[in-house]
Amino acid sequence: MLSDQLNQIRVVQALEAFAGAVLDGKLDRNELTLHIAPERIVEVCRFLKTGQQFVRLSGITAVDWHPMEPRFEVVYHLHSMERNERLRLTCRLDGAQPGIDSVFSVWRAADWYEREIFDLFGVTFRNHPNLIRILMPEDWVGHPLRKDFPIHGHKYSYKDG
Amino acid sequence: MNDTLATAATGSKRTMTLNMGPQHPSTHGVLRILLELDGETIVKAAPDIGFLHTGIEKECEVKTYQQVVPLTDRVDYLANLSNNLCYVLAVEKLLGMEIPQRAQWMRVMLTELTRISSHLVWLGTHAIDIGAMSVFLYCFREREDLLRIFEMFSGQRMMTSYFRVGGLALDAPRGWDKVVRKFINEFPSKVDQYENLLTANPIWMQRTKGVGHVALEDLIDIGVTGPMIRAAGMPWDIRKSEPYSSYEQFQFHVPTQKESDVFARYLVRVAEMRESANIVVQALDGMPEGPWQADAPHVVLPEREKMKTQMESLIYHFKIITEGFSVPAGQVYQAIEAPRGELGYYVVSDGTAKPYRVHMRTPSFGNLMAMPHMLEGRLLADSIASLGSLDFVLGDVDR
Repeated sequence: MLSDQLNQIRVVQALEAFAGAVLDGKLDRNELTLHIAPERIVEVCRFLKTGQQFVRLSGITAVDWHPMEPRFEVVYHLHSMERNERLRLTCRLDGAQPGIDSVFSVWRAADWYEREIFDLFGVTFRNHPNLIRILMPEDWVGHPLRKDFPIHGHKYSYKDG
Repeated sequence: MNDTLATAATGSKRTMTLNMGPQHPSTHGVLRILLELDGETIVKAAPDIGFLHTGIEKECEVKTYQQVVPLTDRVDYLANLSNNLCYVLAVEKLLGMEIPQRAQWMRVMLTELTRISSHLVWLGTHAIDIGAMSVFLYCFREREDLLRIFEMFSGQRMMTSYFRVGGLALDAPRGWDKVVRKFINEFPSKVDQYENLLTANPIWMQRTKGVGHVALEDLIDIGVTGPMIRAAGMPWDIRKSEPYSSYEQFQFHVPTQKESDVFARYLVRVAEMRESANIVVQALDGMPEGPWQADAPHVVLPEREKMKTQMESLIYHFKIITEGFSVPAGQVYQAIEAPRGELGYYVVSDGTAKPYRVHMRTPSFGNLMAMPHMLEGRLLADSIASLGSLDFVLGDVDR
């Protein structure tokens, strides 16, 4: 359940229409973080964009909490120029086959950020139009930003290496 | 090679695929673009990035918080002080730290000089791409003065690492104000020189006016920030909307244009150089006296003299050097207005002396996403001007 302090916030009140979508929330160092159920991320984002003026997706990134489960945390940074507000949405995903729906249909800005997470963390984004590696070479094996990927790399990380 | 991109770019029989880069001079670094051409018209543009990926974000996770500062220089190597600033602000936010006024003003002054220096490189290379050779020479003349100023402050021309968690690395050197004032007094007349060469120049106008137009709604949706979005009429500047490091105490305008073409972006960036010069003058006139580091002995290194004479300081010095300082658990996102747009550092701490995760939301990465939109359906000859107006740095894109 969300605390009373959080329930005072306009965005949180607006999101009450989506029962069960907001799992948790935190207001820390003046930054609002809402923990969203992964299967509902697209509808929540679409609502925030069209109904709550969060027209900008500032970026998407991920955090690997290995060996904790659920292992991956996908982090969305939303921004509203009109309200001069920022909002962080997070979704926790299982380590076995991490996957979540793409928000490309909401913001085109999601394109490269989702590809980057796919590349570096190995999280799949369903319905992404072109989900291929972006920074690492195409025949690279592994996902470098995962915590179990050694900092010095593997000796042979290319397919034909 | 990248087969997926290649198949995406190969279409009907009439089109031809042209490989631009990764060593093309006008891509300003190692960017590869697969262009599908129908005669002179670009049908599809598929950027291929990652040639400069060095895994800086991964590297951050094995360094202590202070050791990450030099890594941030290497992200956007033309605006290193902006990257230093954004990172230290994020860590200071995690620590809940108050920074003395003098350090804040110094940071403002130096990041504005960085903005000028970054815009000078942009203007010079952009003009040389389009064929105006001499502007480049003038811009680099002034940039050289700026690099000397950075060297005077930090000992380094480019990889400054001058801002540290808790303040500055060193106090400002003796005589700094005379050097900065001499430069900034002359600088507006230098900008006039560039404008004399370009602004009313018929060739420049023909090559840039109406070229590379993208509608404001598209720019926002694609995630473009900075001068690009201001040249489309959106007066959004993080220094105004979410002031950091005492920007609320400075008076400046946010230049905008409506046309959203290459020429409008040029006008906005030139006007920004003048505004930055204006901010530097204000910082020079009102520079507060006092300490340049926060009073936080567990984070900030003690003075050298105290370290040699006092037990307490020696212990702090030893602890900070050997194991760093621990930062309370939590996550913050700090955004600043870098020369290219919104620069954001997302730092996650697990309570230890090393960051658990550092993500850099770099402006070049977001801006480059608009490139296919800007090129497709347009003439090949205009692509160079359009690319130049994006002002990306590949180190900033690939990290």
